[in-house]
Amino acid sequence: MEWFFQQLINGLALGAIYALIALGYTMVYGVLRFINFAHSDVLMLGAFAAYFVTPAIWKIFPAQSITGALLITLVTALLCAGMGILIELLAYRPLRKRPKLTVLITAIGVSLFIEFTCQHKAVFGSKTRPFPQLLPMHDFHIGNLLVNSNDIVVLGVTVVLLVALWFIVQKTKIGTAMRAVSFNMQAASLMGINVNRIVSFTFGLGSALAGIAGILYSMKAPGIEPLMGIQPGLRAFIAAVLGGIGNLPGAALGGIVIGIVETYAGGIAGVSNYRDGIAFAMLIGILIFRPAGLLGKTTIEKV
Amino acid sequence: MLEIKNLSVSYGAISALHGISLEVKKGDIVTLIGGNGAGKTTTLRTISGLVRPRSGEIIYEGQNITRTPPHKIVAAGLAHVPEGRMVFANLTVAENLAMGAYLRTDKEEIARELDYVYSIFPRLKERIKQQAGTMSGGEQQMLAIGRALMSKPKFLMLDEPSLGIAPLLVKTIFEKIVEINRKHGITILLVEQNANLALEISKYGYVLETGKIILQNDSKSLRQDPKVKSAYLGG
Ligand SMILES: Nc1ncnc2c1ncn2[C@@H]1O[C@H](COP(=O)(O)OP(=O)(O)O)[C@@H](O)[C@H]1O
Ligand SMILES: [Mg+2]
Repeated sequence: MEWFFQQLINGLALGAIYALIALGYTMVYGVLRFINFAHSDVLMLGAFAAYFVTPAIWKIFPAQSITGALLITLVTALLCAGMGILIELLAYRPLRKRPKLTVLITAIGVSLFIEFTCQHKAVFGSKTRPFPQLLPMHDFHIGNLLVNSNDIVVLGVTVVLLVALWFIVQKTKIGTAMRAVSFNMQAASLMGINVNRIVSFTFGLGSALAGIAGILYSMKAPGIEPLMGIQPGLRAFIAAVLGGIGNLPGAALGGIVIGIVETYAGGIAGVSNYRDGIAFAMLIGILIFRPAGLLGKTTIEKV
Repeated sequence: MLEIKNLSVSYGAISALHGISLEVKKGDIVTLIGGNGAGKTTTLRTISGLVRPRSGEIIYEGQNITRTPPHKIVAAGLAHVPEGRMVFANLTVAENLAMGAYLRTDKEEIARELDYVYSIFPRLKERIKQQAGTMSGGEQQMLAIGRALMSKPKFLMLDEPSLGIAPLLVKTIFEKIVEINRKHGITILLVEQNANLALEISKYGYVLETGKIILQNDSKSLRQDPKVKSAYLGG
């Protein structure tokens, strides 16, 4: 029983991070109908941005202060938003009217380009670096459970971001425009909506979330390196499809599910090596029995 | 108000418009009739910037808008109710209307426009919170027109507003189109396959056939034209 709750907390924290990443995949899919494979690399760039920004910010604010951590997060989010916008502008926009397969392959190319460029020794190099502890760490004992303050931070930050994202998408004019563009780009442009601007905004928003997820992920990971985005990116991608690609609550739910399943599987001897296998098996199962995903609406493919 | 000169459009190798010219005078309802595939939709989509012409010019109130992107054309006062309505099915009626007013910032003016749209289509007001995709075809058409009016256009283009709509509602919608024109002074370019109705409410008409204007005249005369009668008015 204890083990069950302990793993649940760990799983929720991990799932929350996957949820943040999955939202970026699903948002971009929602407006442009392709998977931005470079999304996981924005997460990695976010981790490195925070890594390099931290010493500078700690010169102004005390190390491990909440203000400092918030500022580091904000700067990282902005840098990643800019990065996401730039990727779309340079790599995807020129291909807007091309077949989706062309864009998909370009996305894989962009991802490899970022990964290998960053591995070059003139950039980040391929060795793993320790990620700074942004906030002091405590362990809390609740009954027999051990809860790490990092997990609480991860969950708290995720909840705040999910609420903020829900508000932006559902309650603001630009969020409504995002949904309009996602439904029908041409009809949206007939409303006077500058579709390119909405696409940029979507990339910026998703990439900011990925950047913050990069910080949260690094807080739990042994260190950061240029290929660190691949694994969480793959799992978040599965999560986005599991929840119903293009569906925001679905991505959040899918992330949590994948995080929890992974954690329970990882805690069982003999099963832990099959974590990814289990995630993929779930994905295949969903695609067979509920092709639109957990929360996606089953629609007939438009031709 | 709007003048098209020698407009040619093609989709890849398929040529859809072969140098058409037409004019819409301020305050009028002008109709463009023609059979399926004649190029009516293409004409409207080219005016609103969704399709780039191969050659020719589109002049709106003295400005050349031939290669202006769609969102800037809306800003210039043209609104387009597209074929098939294209309401945002995933948005509520209220959100659809809000998107129509996307470029406007004055909240009071937007509220006034909303009242005006609700006065024309009271049924929309009853459905404010409803997802647009769950409404009937006729209600969606009302929403599509209402949404276009929210941009406070000076020039309104309607692409087959009667398509796929219950006959009773078609009559209502055409009455509203006349009202929008007469009472609110909005110039209208109406595309229709239902030539009878379109020629009844319009002042001037053009007949399009396989990408060419084959006839043009005031609507009264067109209704008497033997060729129009046999081809478009059912005898
Ligand atoms: N997106 C498109 N791609 C290729 N051909 C098209 C496209 N849209 C229309 N066409 C062709 O252009 C011609 C005119 O079509 P359209 O403007 O839709 O006519 P109408 O609205 O009068 O029915 C038709 O031959 C049609 O097949
Ligand atoms: Mg048509």
